[in-house]
Amino acid sequence: MGAGVRGAGGAVERMIDVKHLTKAYGSFVAVKDVSFRAERGQILGFLGPNGAGKTTTMRIITGFMPATAGTVEIDGLDIFENSLEARRRIGYLPENPPLYLDMRVEAYLRFVAKLRGVKRGEIEAALDHALKTTGLTDMAHRICGQLSKGYRQRVGLAQALIHDPPVMVLDEPTIGLDPRQIHEIRDLIRGLAGGRTIVLSTHILPEVSQICDKVVIINDGRVALEEMVKDIPEGTSLEEVFLHAIAREGHAEGVSAEEALEEVGAGHSA
Amino acid sequence: MRNTFTIAGKELTGYFVQPVAYVVLTVFILLGGWFFFAMLRQFDEMVQLVQMMGRPETLSQMNLNTRVIDPLLHDLSIVLVIVMPALTMRVFAEEKRAGTYELLLTAPVRTGEIVAGKFLAAAAFTLVMVALAWIFPLILMVFGNPELGVMFAGYLGLFLLALSFVSVGLFTSSLTQNQIIAAISSFGILILLFVISWPAEAGGGVVWALLKYLSLPEHFSTMTRGVIDTSDVVFFLSVVATALFLTQRSVESARWR
Ligand SMILES: Nc1ncnc2c1ncn2[C@@H]1O[C@H](COP(=O)(O)OP(=O)(O)OP(=O)(O)O)[C@@H](O)[C@H]1O
Ligand SMILES: [Mg+2]
Repeated sequence: MGAGVRGAGGAVERMIDVKHLTKAYGSFVAVKDVSFRAERGQILGFLGPNGAGKTTTMRIITGFMPATAGTVEIDGLDIFENSLEARRRIGYLPENPPLYLDMRVEAYLRFVAKLRGVKRGEIEAALDHALKTTGLTDMAHRICGQLSKGYRQRVGLAQALIHDPPVMVLDEPTIGLDPRQIHEIRDLIRGLAGGRTIVLSTHILPEVSQICDKVVIINDGRVALEEMVKDIPEGTSLEEVFLHAIAREGHAEGVSAEEALEEVGAGHSA
Repeated sequence: MRNTFTIAGKELTGYFVQPVAYVVLTVFILLGGWFFFAMLRQFDEMVQLVQMMGRPETLSQMNLNTRVIDPLLHDLSIVLVIVMPALTMRVFAEEKRAGTYELLLTAPVRTGEIVAGKFLAAAAFTLVMVALAWIFPLILMVFGNPELGVMFAGYLGLFLLALSFVSVGLFTSSLTQNQIIAAISSFGILILLFVISWPAEAGGGVVWALLKYLSLPEHFSTMTRGVIDTSDVVFFLSVVATALFLTQRSVESARWR
């Protein structure tokens, strides 16, 4: 996996541009001045301890809720100012798969397809494709509420990709899956990438090393690290990078990714 | 427009797979049947009484519309006050609780389209309920000859009343993720709109007129008496429009900074 697929003219297309995002829930500030970006074709791994603000950030990126300050641009479109157009480009798997439990998988996905603006004549093809990609073809007639957690997660993924969006935001896509499913879903996500931009949050670090091009670690609402996976020094595990990045909180501001990595690297070789 | 129908279609199918809607429908029709039966008994007794007293001129004045249908419609309206909040409580609250709200609000759909779709579906279900309640006039038509026009006006009134209940219910449901809170607050608002003219009965002036204007039974009664007055229809439609507007604002407020 390289540094992201280049656009036609060799120019880098910035598909997700998060600038100085701040989100306050009442007096509690969950996200503080978060900035990062992802280019076309990149898979960005979004890491951070519980309560760091990953879900909050993703909810803002997808236009579910407004930021207190800062902006998000999807393919150059402001998610707040140009909301409909920006939302059209996104596939979103929230933390909990947003299923209508009394609907059948098929009916549910058809509903999402229509809602996401898939053309009438293309719905059946999109449905077929989404079912196939997520391995749900045999489950198409099942009622969502009767599916196991892993299969619900798959339906969640299917609804996120049914309209073939250029940008996908996946909040812990492999949570609740068995090891074989995790493996399949990772392959799936890797396969999805192509010309797409994917942001995924996870607590499984090897997942990031395996499928992501870029890693952003946030801690306590702040970006602690933004780095290309290929730039992480050979022999340094992501776990070390992660623990180090989140341990810096308190005096972390102004610490560059390079510094953090260097220290980790030094500690490792010592 | 397409989005509105997509949402309405999904919602409407939902009503027919959820037990709540059936319970609402069943309670409405069964209680209606009981009231109807009671009203018919009273009517029958009255007829016999009048016959015993030998006053044929009074007998000819006795009327199925005023003696049976009019009170029945009023009873049905009370049943609606109780069951409609149960029908609408889940509409937004459940989406928030289940997390499907994230799907709806991140889809390229306007909040107005979401609200319109949900209202259309609830309105269609209400239409089914009110249409099924025509069974009572139909029974009357077998045994007597009530005036069709008067009954039509009354049932139109019942439908419009139910629509205003629906829109109030959607509004309270949009405010919370707790269905019980949604139901109880819409119940409270509906009761208030039923009794709002009570304290004003004694007073006079502009306030009196205003409270009386806001009173739901005031407009409903005119219709159950067989009068379709544009001003009453306009009143119900404005209640619907106001409540839906507030619902739209409430859903949209999730997007405000
Ligand atoms: N609706 C809310 N109201 C108030 N505080 C909230 C709300 N949602 C989240 N928070 C707080 O914001 C912080 C960030 O939460 P968030 O869900 O974004 O974390 P996360 O990084 O996704 O964590 P996890 O790994 O556990 O999923 C937490 O401290 C959480 O308690
Ligand atoms: Mg989270």
